Amino acid sequence: MAVEGVATTIERGAFDGLLTAIARSGYELIGPTIRDGAIVYDEIATSADLPIGWTDEQDGGSYRLRRRDDEALFGYAVGPQSWKRFLHPPEVTLWRASRDGDGAMAIESCEDGKPSYAFVGVRSCELHAIAIQDRVMVGGEHPDPFYAARRDGALLVAVNCTVGGGTCFCVSMGTGPRAGPGFDIALTEVIDGGRHYFLCEAGSEPGAAILAAVEQAPARAAEAAAATAAIAVAARHQGRSMEADGIRELLYDNYEHPRWDEVSERCLTCGNCTMVCPTCFCTTVEDSTDLAGAEADRTRRWDSCFTMDFSYVHGGSVRASARSRYRQWMTHKLATWIDQFGTSGCVGCGRCITWCPVAIDITEEVAAIRADAID
Amino acid sequence: MTPRPWRVTGRRRETADSWTLDLEPADDGAPMSFLPGQFNMIYAFGIGEAPISISGDPGADRPLVHTVRDVGAVSAAICRAAPGEVLGVRGPYGSAWPVAALGGRHVLIVAGGVGLAPLRPALRAALERRRELAGLTLLLGGRTPADLLFRDELEELGADPRLELAISVDSAGSGWRGHVGVVTTLIDDLDLDPARATALLCGPEVMMRFAAQALIGRGMDRGDIYLSMERNMKCAVTQCGRCQLGPAFVCREGAVMRYCDIERVLGLREV
Amino acid sequence: MPMRSIEQVLAEVETFAGLERRHLDRIAGCGHNCGFAAGETIAREGDRADTFYVIRHGRVALETPAPAGGPLLIATLGDGAVVGWSWLFPPYRWTFDARAIEDTRAIAFDGACLRGKCDSDHELGYVLMQRFAEIILDRLQAARLQLLDVYGEPAAG
Repeated sequence: MAVEGVATTIERGAFDGLLTAIARSGYELIGPTIRDGAIVYDEIATSADLPIGWTDEQDGGSYRLRRRDDEALFGYAVGPQSWKRFLHPPEVTLWRASRDGDGAMAIESCEDGKPSYAFVGVRSCELHAIAIQDRVMVGGEHPDPFYAARRDGALLVAVNCTVGGGTCFCVSMGTGPRAGPGFDIALTEVIDGGRHYFLCEAGSEPGAAILAAVEQAPARAAEAAAATAAIAVAARHQGRSMEADGIRELLYDNYEHPRWDEVSERCLTCGNCTMVCPTCFCTTVEDSTDLAGAEADRTRRWDSCFTMDFSYVHGGSVRASARSRYRQWMTHKLATWIDQFGTSGCVGCGRCITWCPVAIDITEEVAAIRADAID
Repeated sequence: MTPRPWRVTGRRRETADSWTLDLEPADDGAPMSFLPGQFNMIYAFGIGEAPISISGDPGADRPLVHTVRDVGAVSAAICRAAPGEVLGVRGPYGSAWPVAALGGRHVLIVAGGVGLAPLRPALRAALERRRELAGLTLLLGGRTPADLLFRDELEELGADPRLELAISVDSAGSGWRGHVGVVTTLIDDLDLDPARATALLCGPEVMMRFAAQALIGRGMDRGDIYLSMERNMKCAVTQCGRCQLGPAFVCREGAVMRYCDIERVLGLREV
Repeated sequence: MPMRSIEQVLAEVETFAGLERRHLDRIAGCGHNCGFAAGETIAREGDRADTFYVIRHGRVALETPAPAGGPLLIATLGDGAVVGWSWLFPPYRWTFDARAIEDTRAIAFDGACLRGKCDSDHELGYVLMQRFAEIILDRLQAARLQLLDVYGEPAAG
């Protein structure tokens, strides 16, 4: 019987038993898989769907899959997607209005039940990102029912990082690489000579109940130590770092720093950073009617603070320059977010660096402002 | 997050491009209680939603009154809604004018253009409690006399001994009996004890900035000046991220905000 | 009400407040009290500008004729305001109409007299120009704000 906080081990050969146990508990399995040359999150059935033996090489504006010299299931950092794709989907129909000939109008919510996702392979930074989006989407006075439904039903199977990504900096942000609270099950993958196993911890009752159905053994001290050592490798090999102390004050004092002009000369305002960011939550809405004009849908879509439309008020956009839009994004992420939600909006996953087409690096921008602060 | 249907029961033209609508619930739901300064998201079928401040009297719970200026597709559709038509309404949202804290104060309402709409509930509340106030002044700016909202009511207010009213327009014909010039010059001429005054401002941001400066020039404390802010807004519940004004969400910390809290951000460009 | 001298009245007008006695005396020497009934024309666009006014009490409109619908109001001026700058510079012609819109008491100054005194007493001229420059600046800033047509943009709501 697995008990919260008490580690056990599951051999690689029994790993599919874990996936089966999760699926049997009524969850839809979502996990990393390879598509279009990247590791993305999608439906999985067995461990064969996972990126076995693959890793990723990441740097500013660069992402490549590369073969590992072992058969690790989780031997990579993070891909372009995050779990927000499932919890806060890119497109949601919010409500449907209908009206009859008499002008009466009825409006019905399009809340669509409660999917039960099991996310397999949630990284520590992503656990933090989910916790941050929880605050944004359901932590306030008006919880979003769509997010709440997906989040309430979700099972989080964390996998501690054992690879330090080229653009990762969770150590700086205090968000990893070892998964903190918030998971239902946490795994650490260990490949030690000929043996391939997972150190497991349950973080919740549902997690413990699932683990109980899986073939496992109590973890020995050496196994736990091997897992800890593997995580330490990830911490040591992170490609980026950011000095986060006093960052809110730093950015508040440097709204007019010349660095914003410099970065805006490179920034294409494409919004990629906001799409790949696991905490960016901004949306727009779109209204559409059927041809008869009897029904109208309101759809919510991901949006980006890099669009001109985002800040449009009658007469023009408040943030018309690329400079102001990059500044808004980065200052929101690292400074105003703290005032708004009591936490940084950055978890150090490095996606915005990797997926920026011109390799703008948030850690480099912070360092430049810090090195040459106005005040 | 889902609007309720409200039926238009009255519609009055205010200016060339502004209308006031009376709304009553078209479902079995209760009328809406709100605080002066709060706004609703109003939905025009198939076209979209817009944040519109409530311009009705908070003392009367029916009908719900909104004054809308036609500045885009959604507001145009709302303005067009004739009696009998149904609009979607969700709210109320946002902060309120500090009407409960006005006792003993000289309440100075400075409105520009359609900015009078969100101030009207505060004005009605202040008139209601006039005896508790040290003074009540309405300074109103507009483009021309024809662009002023609530003109019949202003006529009455002009004769109301409880209120000092001054109106200044940018230009007028010779028949105009009020001032011509900017509303800030009315502030310079005001009989004002700055320590006892609370100012409520709503209008174009440029006008509010200059008005706040003029009030500070008269010795008023930055914490006694309140502004109603406007930013792009889609959700009104802090989740679309659009209405950010520095660390604040205009839909949550605003629309009514204290000058001392946003002075710094207002002084920055493109924030 | 006891009669007060122009000097006494001047000292209470914001434009001249705090000036040294000797300067006030010299300025007052070019001024006299005057009054206009509501509706009365004070000056006409294009007329020779020999005089300017400081409003003691009342209201004056600056207007310009328009082909249809009567004159357009450009600004209204109240207590303490200076009416007229055209006396300062050639060709000394009024650029707008000035009309009392309430019964108005004012001090009328002989522009030529004051110009002469400023020419011969540069210290007085400097002090006076300083005061006038400040008023002109205020008026310019207000006019600029008016030009912005801020109400063309919508406010919240």
